[in-house]
Amino acid sequence: MSEVDVRGFRAESLDHRNQRNQRLFQLMFGLMTVVLIVPVVIIISLLVVRGGPALSWEFFTAYPAANMTAGGIFPALVGTLWLVAVALAVSLPLGVAAAIYLSEYAPDNLLTRLINLAIINLAGVPSIVHALFGLGAFVLFFEFGTSILAASLTLAIMTLPVVIVSTRETLQAVPQSFRVACWSLGATRWQTIRKVVLPNSLSGILTGIILEVSRTVGETAPIMFTGAVFFLPFLPQGVMDQTMAMSLHLYNVATQVTGVPESLPYGVALSLIGMVILLNSVSIAFRIHLRRIKKW
Amino acid sequence: MADQPSRNRLEDKLDAAWVWDRVAKYAIFLGGISAIVFVLAIFLFIAREGLGFALFDLDVGYFFSSPNWRPTAEPEPQFGALALIAGTASVTGLAMLVAVPFALGSAIYIGEFATGKTRETLKVLVELLAATPSVVWGFIGLTILNPLIIEVFDVPVGLTVLNAGVILGLMAAPIMATIAEDALKAVPDTYREAAEAMGATRWQVIRQVVLPSAKNGLVAAVLLGVGRGFGETMAVLMASGHSVNLPTSPFDSVRALTATIASELGETAQGSDHYRVLFTLGILLFLVTFVINLLADVLVRRGDKKQA
Amino acid sequence: MVSGKSSIKLNIEGLKISYGDHVALKGASLEVRENEIFGIIGPAGAGKTSFLRAINRMDEMTPGMKVEGKLEFNGKDVSEWRNLYALRSRIGVVFPLPVGLPMSIYENVAFAAKLRGVKGRDDLDEVVERCLTRAALWDEVKDRLDSLGSLLSGGQQQRLTIARALSQEPELLLLDEFSIAVDPVTTMRIEEVLKTLRKEMTIVLVTNLVQQARRLADRTALFLAGEVVEVGKTKKLFSGEAQDQRTTDYIEGRFG
Repeated sequence: MSEVDVRGFRAESLDHRNQRNQRLFQLMFGLMTVVLIVPVVIIISLLVVRGGPALSWEFFTAYPAANMTAGGIFPALVGTLWLVAVALAVSLPLGVAAAIYLSEYAPDNLLTRLINLAIINLAGVPSIVHALFGLGAFVLFFEFGTSILAASLTLAIMTLPVVIVSTRETLQAVPQSFRVACWSLGATRWQTIRKVVLPNSLSGILTGIILEVSRTVGETAPIMFTGAVFFLPFLPQGVMDQTMAMSLHLYNVATQVTGVPESLPYGVALSLIGMVILLNSVSIAFRIHLRRIKKW
Repeated sequence: MADQPSRNRLEDKLDAAWVWDRVAKYAIFLGGISAIVFVLAIFLFIAREGLGFALFDLDVGYFFSSPNWRPTAEPEPQFGALALIAGTASVTGLAMLVAVPFALGSAIYIGEFATGKTRETLKVLVELLAATPSVVWGFIGLTILNPLIIEVFDVPVGLTVLNAGVILGLMAAPIMATIAEDALKAVPDTYREAAEAMGATRWQVIRQVVLPSAKNGLVAAVLLGVGRGFGETMAVLMASGHSVNLPTSPFDSVRALTATIASELGETAQGSDHYRVLFTLGILLFLVTFVINLLADVLVRRGDKKQA
Repeated sequence: MVSGKSSIKLNIEGLKISYGDHVALKGASLEVRENEIFGIIGPAGAGKTSFLRAINRMDEMTPGMKVEGKLEFNGKDVSEWRNLYALRSRIGVVFPLPVGLPMSIYENVAFAAKLRGVKGRDDLDEVVERCLTRAALWDEVKDRLDSLGSLLSGGQQQRLTIARALSQEPELLLLDEFSIAVDPVTTMRIEEVLKTLRKEMTIVLVTNLVQQARRLADRTALFLAGEVVEVGKTKKLFSGEAQDQRTTDYIEGRFG
């Protein structure tokens, strides 16, 4: 009788302590998450407060003036669009092809392992090394000079893993039974991919593309020596021209120019992060929407 | 029903569909190996400019042991990278001190404690955090953290190891958190259910079941964070003070390997020793990140095998 | 052409199917005759599904699956087909769990026809209506052909997949335990459909229901642990005249 009591008592005490631990740790990890996120909220608010006044219609449509200490960001904005568009034109077909290979064709062998390793590495190589590569390969070896083409190719290779990984995930989410059903109807592998796998992954692929665009918009180091320049009084006319870019412009007005009114670099930073957050929000909203309309 | 006219049987001929299937297969294969081609090309092209210098013209012993980085000194430039390596190491080290506990902590919270809407919201916020461009982080270090450090610690300069370390930590944490949460998610729910059925609390389940099974993935997450910090360029360039220096305290300014390339490459003549030594630094960066990624990959693979 | 020879649809000798170290079928030999319903019964793991997969060369798409031995379709070994998509388009398959492709009911049925180059809307309309009617689904879906095929009920989806298989105008129809996810009423309706199809095509019916084989099959084979125990006229097997005691035991439900 007494033994039972003792056991019951112990169990209760242990249980109590466990419950306390449980709450303690949950609180601790929750706080850590908050600590991680709060600075960002503060920083974005600061950017808005200090950069907000600089934003105006003119800020987005005017050229920089007075040695970059006044005026707007129009050529940088347009230049970033150029860079993104050309980079996307290269990385999209390549990335989607690579994802299709990995999801639909690749056998479980050494080559596939190497490809996966290469993707991880491509994503992990420092951006400045990509810059060195872009300079050595596109600017000098292929003689594209410092141009949108050279810079965009560098960006495309750097952000390729983003497209590959997100597209591969989307393709792999298409149930295998659809493929088998399609094959048994006499469809070739390619017909199956084109008519069943891809149409059902389009929105997922789009989500990945938006993410890639947001990465491309913010990259600075890879374009510093390959095509983006300090200042241009005109817009680029083709892919062999140099260009200004938002990210490099922020670096320049923040560090390379003196006598800049405080609100100007904050305005540029706010515009840049605004673009990125907007793109990411669209991508996230899209993803949530997708989960809702899922067909299987 | 042999007379039924609509029966057009396909014969065993290599028709258009067959040919297109073949064409697509080879085209897609080319896309598939593009990542390998690019990684090789990156190494080849930076080696082309920098390997010859590293092997024949550079005093490698001096390179790794001297803090004297005077690439433009006359008549004899000095290529000692120790201070740059120390700069990178100190900033990355501090960043990891800041980021690892918070990244793992929030991964555990988001992956194991948080549910429903809270969880989704936190994941989105972490994702946005990871998406912030490094040049914006650098700008924040320069304009917000810099005066803050000067004021709080009463030091003359705020662009220091501390500044760059905190900025880099904030940058690396969301990435580590995301990868770490993936590792936690990879632990099968059956493990959790089995432990919970035995009356374990959530925390006991996490500590005794989830964390041990996800160990490899978590270490990989930290490694990838280190790789990220090691290779970060713009933020470190803008926030670390950019002076060649062997740091002795977090309040010293330093210069990182990546930042050195970024700031000096524009001013070198192509083919000069200075130009080539910057590519040598690039080789060093490439190799170190390669090894880190390889290690992370091996770890994740081992973790997967254990669970399978 | 010798008529006796042409009446053999599938001629199989020493067919061995393996996945790595695991052998699913150890040297099966049998023949399937033109315009018969050939039933295959046997417990799970007997190698029935692997057998069907080998016929339309699904081993090409299945990592690790290996097929050896003779497997002749219309007198020509399937491994000799260079364009295996052409081969597959002549063989219809119905899976245990119905797979409505994530497209409209109309597109599901028109899919195979489009692959073969049928383009005109009228021609496609005709194919869709004919096949859905034959699969006893037309009346239920004719007003919503544009809705998703994957949203139909299980029984409807299974009839949709049969309609889809019929749209290939197959000369050989492979059915793999089609009634597993289907209610008894639908099962009966599909069985009626199959009886009428016998005139036009050869049907291989793998079934987990012994009585289904009895109702439908002209001849039946018992597969057991990767071996073909016995092939014979269904009537004979079910009237206690089986050669092998295991066949009688299985049919009478003593194991399986």
